[in-house]
Amino acid sequence: MADVATAKHTFPVAFDHVTMRFGSRRVLEHFSCAFPSQRISVILGGSGAGKTTILRLIGGLVQPQAGQIWVAGTQIVGLSERELYEVRRHLGMMFQGGALLNSLTVYENLAFPLREHTRLSEPEIAERVHATLAAVGLKDVDHLLPGELSGGMVKRVALARAILRDPEILLCDEPFSGLDPISVKRIEALLRRINQERGITMIVSSHHIPSTMRMAHHVVLLWDHKAVQGTPHELASSPDPQIADFFNEEVHEDGVREPQHTPVQRW
Amino acid sequence: MLQLIEDIGFAAVRFVAELGRITWFAVDVARAVFTPPPRIRAFLGEMFNIGVLSLLIICVSGAAVGMVLGLQGYNTLVRFGAEESLGAVVGLSLIRELGPVLTALLTTGRAGSATTAEIGTMVATEQLDGLRMLAIDPVHLVVAPKTLAMIAAMPLLSALFIVCGLAGGYFVGVALMGVDAGSYVSSLQNAVDFRDDVLGSVLKAFVFGVLVGLISTFRGYTCQPTSAGVSAATTSTVVVGSVSVLLFDYIITALWGV
Repeated sequence: MADVATAKHTFPVAFDHVTMRFGSRRVLEHFSCAFPSQRISVILGGSGAGKTTILRLIGGLVQPQAGQIWVAGTQIVGLSERELYEVRRHLGMMFQGGALLNSLTVYENLAFPLREHTRLSEPEIAERVHATLAAVGLKDVDHLLPGELSGGMVKRVALARAILRDPEILLCDEPFSGLDPISVKRIEALLRRINQERGITMIVSSHHIPSTMRMAHHVVLLWDHKAVQGTPHELASSPDPQIADFFNEEVHEDGVREPQHTPVQRW
Repeated sequence: MLQLIEDIGFAAVRFVAELGRITWFAVDVARAVFTPPPRIRAFLGEMFNIGVLSLLIICVSGAAVGMVLGLQGYNTLVRFGAEESLGAVVGLSLIRELGPVLTALLTTGRAGSATTAEIGTMVATEQLDGLRMLAIDPVHLVVAPKTLAMIAAMPLLSALFIVCGLAGGYFVGVALMGVDAGSYVSSLQNAVDFRDDVLGSVLKAFVFGVLVGLISTFRGYTCQPTSAGVSAATTSTVVVGSVSVLLFDYIITALWGV
């Protein structure tokens, strides 16, 4: 993989020595990392390691204390909210809880951003909404409110909303959390299919090791506030017992001990 | 002693910082109001929530306050044989002071707290972040229509409160206490000046609308994204909103004599 200096020009998302703290709590320290184009990257780490924070940093929802973040060719640290809206047109984000507007029906949740950003007619909007809902395996849910959906359906509607405008980069925050094994496999298959069919760069935060092993092309393991990167098999076969343990689902909640040595690339 | 000075200094700095934040927030809201597309449907929906759904509480409270004023006013005036002036006493009290102030306090408790809770819940459930990621400004879509509706609804609700209060005073004074109906109405007409009293009342209600609208949306927008945070923000809206209304009532009265 290229070094950080070239990564920001060749990768859709790149972090360059980013430091992020919440008050006195250190989350990322000189964190550098790049996410390859049109691949599924999974961010792994213990609870509180900063997986969601990385996605929120990419979306410009939080600003780091130091460093640079490159998204779709634009350095986004320090941009105004108005400038960030331009960058976000390249992004779709599936939030952990769905983040659907509770007062709107499923149909309105999906139609609304199209009315805001396109000049499509109502029949065209309806066609696109229904096609996207069908792509995530949902039908006859137009009139339902988010509160009337199951957890798995909320995730799928959120995914539909995130891919509705064909983003270049899709961010998925814990897409498998709170789901039964069948729903996990369904969402996983959906993400893989969307990646293959649409060539979207996907960055997924997850705790779920089996899904990661199956779907990820690239894994970023958050370790001691920095990134340890590689393919799932490179990381799973790491001679470092702590990293190997993590992949054997013996997750270290603190994730702070320095691995003794690793064959995979560290930034 | 040193600790006390430190605490006072810290509280002062925090107050000034908060004042700065709400000022910038007000600038953002004002900018959003004039940014196309106009959110007319959202504004009308909020007018319904704040205005129409507050009608009952405003009417009942207005009538009750008017009845109390009528009774108290009659008992006082009758000692001086001036019960014919009851309409003026009830009218001036309601129009200059009680109408706008009590309407603002009631609206803060009912609609202001609901506004904070609604926006706070949207913050806690990442709905506002979801809008940002869709490149939709939540201040433009959610906050500005609510603030604008509060500003527009407050003078209307205040006017309704005053009308119900005058009717309550009329009922007690004329129907129960036997004051002459013509005297009640004519004393009211003679005492109330349109420019000083009525427009002053509208000005107060407008200022209170701006205050309550901004405080309730700001508290919701900046609350901690937890259920405890939403609860604290809602309480804060009622406390800060009510105290601000009373303080600004004094300031407006002192400056403009309204």
